[in-house]
Amino acid sequence: MKLKAIAELLNAKVVCGESRLDEEFRYAFASDLMSDVLTLEEHNPIILTGLCNIQTVRTCEMGNLSVIIFVRKKKPSPEMIELAEENDMVMMECEYSMFKASGILYQNEIEPIY
Amino acid sequence: MHLEYTVIEGDFVNAGSASSSIKKTLKQLNVSPSIIKRVVVALYEAEVNAIAHAYGGVITADISSNSIVISVADKGPGIPDIDWAMQEGNSTASPEVRDMGFGAGMGLPNIKKNVDRLDVQSTVGVGTTVTMEVNIC
Repeated sequence: MKLKAIAELLNAKVVCGESRLDEEFRYAFASDLMSDVLTLEEHNPIILTGLCNIQTVRTCEMGNLSVIIFVRKKKPSPEMIELAEENDMVMMECEYSMFKASGILYQNEIEPIY
Repeated sequence: MHLEYTVIEGDFVNAGSASSSIKKTLKQLNVSPSIIKRVVVALYEAEVNAIAHAYGGVITADISSNSIVISVADKGPGIPDIDWAMQEGNSTASPEVRDMGFGAGMGLPNIKKNVDRLDVQSTVGVGTTVTMEVNIC
């Protein structure tokens, strides 16, 4: 599914990476624990998280994960946006809970990694 | 190639900057993306550990045509029981570390999973040195 469609489904605001919204993604992973995110193998999932700090962006940089959707009305700081832009990432803000956002994506055939 | 970085205790804002720099260098050297990922995930976990648990330290990376050897040497307090620390789920992390999304006791096991050789030497009151090696070919 295109990132543009994902943003629409989640009523999410795109914070950075707008030029990549036509890219297709098939998998997603939801966690607030960055150690969990660092254990992911190569499936190139979208990351849904309510953890909103600079280490969220760093973790995704290290794990080659380039799309982060912040749930629960979390808003990334200017430093986070700068680091994300440096790494050509897409970041979105979503007002839904992690459960609701994940549920909507699952219902629309975005797949879990395991 | 030899690279060296200083890690400052409690400097969570810059946690990962050494890992990020080494990642860029490995990319420039055309190391395969899957090797780079294993190296930087292991290094990032170790870097966060040094910032979260230790009184700062030094990261060195030695890159040759055969392997990448990275060492994270901190200035203490040391790990009293390395076997305990290596088990998934065991952690002594502070609430601050947990707020950053870490501290679930997964760091050392995840490092072990990603590298070809891991050596952890620790002396209580002196410091811990984590040496990680990943084969390039």
